[in-house]
Amino acid sequence: MLEVRALVKSFGALRATDGVDLEVREGETHAIIGPNGAGKTTFIGQLAGTLRPDAGSIRFAGEDVTALPAPKRARKGLARSFQITSIYADFTALQNVALAVQAGSGHSFRFWSAASSDSALTGPAAHFLDEIGLANRKNVLAANLSHGEQRQLEVAMVLATRPRLMLLDEPMAGMGAEESQRMIELLSRLKRKQTIVLVEHDMDAVFRLADRISVLVYGRIIATDTPERIRANDEVRRAYLGEDA
Amino acid sequence: MVSRRALAFWGIVFVVLLALPQAAIALNQAFYVDLVRRAMILAIAAASLNLILGYGGLVSFGHAAYLGLGGYAVGILAFHGITLGWVQWPVAIAASALVAAAIGAISIRTSGVYFIMITLAFTQMLYYLAVSLDMYGGDDGLRLRTPSGFSGLVDLGNGLAFYYLVLGVLLLSLFTIHRIVHSRFGLVLRAAKSNDARTRAIGFSPYPYRLAAFVIAGAICGLAGALYANHTRYISPDFMSWVQSGDLMFMVILGGMGSTAGPLLGAFALILIEEVLKGWTDHWQVILGPLLVVSVIFFKRGLAGLLDKPDA
Repeated sequence: MLEVRALVKSFGALRATDGVDLEVREGETHAIIGPNGAGKTTFIGQLAGTLRPDAGSIRFAGEDVTALPAPKRARKGLARSFQITSIYADFTALQNVALAVQAGSGHSFRFWSAASSDSALTGPAAHFLDEIGLANRKNVLAANLSHGEQRQLEVAMVLATRPRLMLLDEPMAGMGAEESQRMIELLSRLKRKQTIVLVEHDMDAVFRLADRISVLVYGRIIATDTPERIRANDEVRRAYLGEDA
Repeated sequence: MVSRRALAFWGIVFVVLLALPQAAIALNQAFYVDLVRRAMILAIAAASLNLILGYGGLVSFGHAAYLGLGGYAVGILAFHGITLGWVQWPVAIAASALVAAAIGAISIRTSGVYFIMITLAFTQMLYYLAVSLDMYGGDDGLRLRTPSGFSGLVDLGNGLAFYYLVLGVLLLSLFTIHRIVHSRFGLVLRAAKSNDARTRAIGFSPYPYRLAAFVIAGAICGLAGALYANHTRYISPDFMSWVQSGDLMFMVILGGMGSTAGPLLGAFALILIEEVLKGWTDHWQVILGPLLVVSVIFFKRGLAGLLDKPDA
């Protein structure tokens, strides 16, 4: 589904991505973990198309997307969430999701009829909100949702683009224990139908959700394996888990 | 979804503007017909700016360019003996749209302060181009001897008929812009203003949508320019001076960015305040300046914010 080869990205003297190879299989949930500063956000930026790699290639669904800008990748089914919540604060929850539905339904050079009464947009949007557990909050301005609800809303927007691969950048960031539990339950429901790349700090979440885990340290992937083997891997323990789990 | 308050507001606006000429003439104050006609024309220009500034987040500091282009299109055609409005006005709109497409194609690639400066620079170029057109009066401008003719359908020489034509164009423009910002297109435009990164991440490239909005705004403002030329019967480079661009921006901000009623309220407020202050003192700008600063501080969402909730 996703194939990354020899990816390199430098900022000045810092090689934030230093020859990364990664393969994500269709249907799996592939977690990427690593200590702070390991280059996770830089890496996911290159996958999503907001950062241009210096070298290497990214193939998605059999096609080279290395040079494609973010909007085109999104339309091909590579949809992302952001580490820092990124929603339309001045739109309602329903409008947020409806826009994502609209993005996946052809061009939007339609100037006259009201989008808010277009059931081709609001129908699916309501369905995704329901799936994510925000059905009763659909007419609330996104700015007035709680932090946890905003994170859920962002996942609903990702879903509403009908992605073939979801890139989730720390979906539990800033959440309380209860909110995290709800998000983990949500993602474990989604993972049955979706291919997911999950970047996450919350080890509890990672080990419960991931089918495979890649460990990123100093811009390199030092191991890719099942959660049990990653837990047992000496190099990983030394580099990372030893201080955390 | 129109709230009852908004409905009442538009009802009052419509009735007042409809009845104003009769009332003014009855009270022997025909001067006000002229004043309100000017306010309405500038409200159309401000409403077009609001489409890109208020809804699109494109802070254009050169919107008067299209007021000038529309005006000069009418003036230059009339100078060469083409006084037919059926020709002049479409040319005014098309020329403005074309120039907006060219300016927009370049300037929308930039953002922030650069966008402001580039739009200003392009308009200054057009301003000096107009100054250099000696054939059409250069610095002094160009008199419009015959107003645009509409085959006897409307006589713009008749102040009252012209007033009602302007009212019609104003309401039509406001309605059109209202439809646009609530359409799929308008939602993308507003979304890109609200959160550019998110909009790209769900699969929209904001550029073509912003450019299209920029062209539509230019076209509508070009029409306002054609009206304005007929109103003043005189076209000069001042139509597109940066002061005029600033006035339009101020109308939008004072009235309330991103609301349908905002530009209308802003245009009327600015022109009426100006008129009142001018009656008091020659140094009216000394009072207007601080007044505008205070109004921006106290009405964050503009005059329209006093009226209704923002339309989401």
